[in-house]
Amino acid sequence: MLKIQNLHASINGNEILKGLNFSVKAGEVHAIMGPNGSGKSTLASVLAGREIVEVTQGSILYKGINLLELSPENRSWEGIFLAFQYPVEIPGVSINNFLRTAVNEHRQYKKLEPLSAADFMKMMNEKKKVVDITSQLTSRSVNEGFSGGEKKRNEIFQMAMLEPELAILDETDSGLDIDALRVVANGVNKLKNKHNSFIVITHYQRLLDFIVPDFVHVLYKGQIVKSGGKELALELEEKGYDWLKN
Amino acid sequence: MNESEHIISSFTEEKYKYGFYTPIEQEFAPKGLNEDTIRYISSKKNEPEFMLNFRLNAFRKWQSMTEPAWAHLHYPTIDFQAISYFAAPKKKNLKSMDEVDPELLDTFNKLGIPLNEQKVLAGVAVDVVMDSSSVITTYKEKLNELGIVFCSIGEAIHNHPELIQKYLGSVVPVTDNFYASLNSAVFSDGSFVYIPEGVLCPIELSTYFRINAAETGQFERTLIVADKGSYVSYLEGCTAPMRDENQLHAAVVEIVTLENAEVKYSTVQNWYPGDKDGKGGIYNFVTKRGICKGNNSRISWTQVETGSAITWKYPSVILQGDNSYGEFYSVAVTNNYQQADTGTKMIHIGKNTRSRIVSKGISAGFSNNSYRGLVRVLKNAHNARNHTQCDSLLLGNHCGAHTFPYVDVANQSAIVEHEATTSKIAEDQLFYCNQRGISTENAVALIINGYAKEVLNKLPMEFAVEAQKLLSITLENSVG
Repeated sequence: MLKIQNLHASINGNEILKGLNFSVKAGEVHAIMGPNGSGKSTLASVLAGREIVEVTQGSILYKGINLLELSPENRSWEGIFLAFQYPVEIPGVSINNFLRTAVNEHRQYKKLEPLSAADFMKMMNEKKKVVDITSQLTSRSVNEGFSGGEKKRNEIFQMAMLEPELAILDETDSGLDIDALRVVANGVNKLKNKHNSFIVITHYQRLLDFIVPDFVHVLYKGQIVKSGGKELALELEEKGYDWLKN
Repeated sequence: MNESEHIISSFTEEKYKYGFYTPIEQEFAPKGLNEDTIRYISSKKNEPEFMLNFRLNAFRKWQSMTEPAWAHLHYPTIDFQAISYFAAPKKKNLKSMDEVDPELLDTFNKLGIPLNEQKVLAGVAVDVVMDSSSVITTYKEKLNELGIVFCSIGEAIHNHPELIQKYLGSVVPVTDNFYASLNSAVFSDGSFVYIPEGVLCPIELSTYFRINAAETGQFERTLIVADKGSYVSYLEGCTAPMRDENQLHAAVVEIVTLENAEVKYSTVQNWYPGDKDGKGGIYNFVTKRGICKGNNSRISWTQVETGSAITWKYPSVILQGDNSYGEFYSVAVTNNYQQADTGTKMIHIGKNTRSRIVSKGISAGFSNNSYRGLVRVLKNAHNARNHTQCDSLLLGNHCGAHTFPYVDVANQSAIVEHEATTSKIAEDQLFYCNQRGISTENAVALIINGYAKEVLNKLPMEFAVEAQKLLSITLENSVG
């Protein structure tokens, strides 16, 4: 599904990713861990197509397509979803309205008719169950005045609505208490199937108690320095990152 | 090139879908302005003596006045002698819709004006003013039964001279300002509304203004009188063809509310704004003012200003009656080289008078958008309250947003609050939308409409939808 080869990427001239190699197959869950500043969020930004990150070398193939040629919205239509570390507020735009616009643009890309208001509401109601989100919340403006937990829950809800093939969770666990973490993780688990893949970026092992990864990778100074099974996460929890730095 | 520069550089021509011209036979007054022009207009309209005197009086005052220069606007001097002050479709005094010039009906269909039977059933009564003359007023009989008068001001001068003499010029005197005096001298038509005591007008009353002819000024005059305990919601829309030269529009609107009466006045102003290089477009110099004459009366102005090369407009409320309430809700959008200097005046005279101002400016391209507002609390206005919220949103790095709030308080018990914000559409907002599959054009429309929501919510349903579309169209192609 995803194949990254020798990826180099810079922000404002500072090289952050320095020859990253990494592959994901359909149905897999990959965790990416690593200390602050190792390039985890930069990787998420590159995949989603944030303009500030400049790819200087290397390639990314997604479903056989050269991902770097697609605009951010085109990547979304092709099934890439990024759950933001810091979800953005859009005052005055309700989640309902926001998602209806998004869902219908996705449908238009697939040459489907836009959803009627009734069908859209039906879809919303089904997906709300996934993350236990209330209608009260979805009628509010996108992320405006949301608590940290509500923001992250809203990200997972949007993921449920857009049914991505490759979802990237950028530190979705940050700032969540254990109950919120469980709700978010359960949401992800419900959406997981053998056709879609997840890249879970996290600092801490605790999220991986709930979302069990098939592979764990350690990103350090812009490269993946170690890969392993889910037990690697436990090892990192115990030893920290220092033993990998040499 | 960063994203916001990219947004700006991708400015292309703005689409103005109302920019067509209708070849209708019209009669014109000779270009230029002198007492003869005024006599010509007055006699064309068969006006009684008092109207001619009203006009001449205004004209003589106007001659001694100079154009105001205090606004944050830049434009070449207007040659008032190069304008024709009267143009009207030739056929007149229509009895039914069937008699309306088909070309004209076609024009109104293009504009989407609810002139047809269908829309009448939907409950909108429309007065259409093409250039200078009122064409027809629909739904009149139904309104007659309730004693509501909704007709062209020309008709009102003949049929209700007592109301005209009492109220015309009572809120905006003929000496008020340069453009209001000019209007008082040469206005050719407009709408008149009278709601009798205790009547709640069951439908929205609506007027559409269209400038069609070239080198013609439009000077319409609207007067709305709401008698004790009555209510009316009034809508005004405007469009014009695309032309290279600038055209002048100088309207006057007066509103009077007596005890316990309420008037809601909503405008969607979409005059031709000029092309992307700033060529052509309407110069819109408008005086709108209401007076809450009676106790507990209310006047509410809601405006969505997207058109015109230049907008100079300050819909105001004089809060004379005790406990009266004035509102001003505004969204003003400027793109390309448009300039807007708009706001309101709230004059608190009575006790416990309250006013609320919500102004949302959106600037894009090379445009300039200014809010100018005055809150004045006079000596006897005990417990007067005002809250002003004034927000500016900038798209790109070449436009300007300016705020000129004036506060003048002469009573210690008054509370006047002013909040102001300036923001840009953040790149991370756009990226967030893009990541969800919302293209940039739609994302900007979403964000803009979200920003303006508080004002759009004040518009009647039918208008709100139109206004939302208009905001998107005005800013179309303003992002890449």
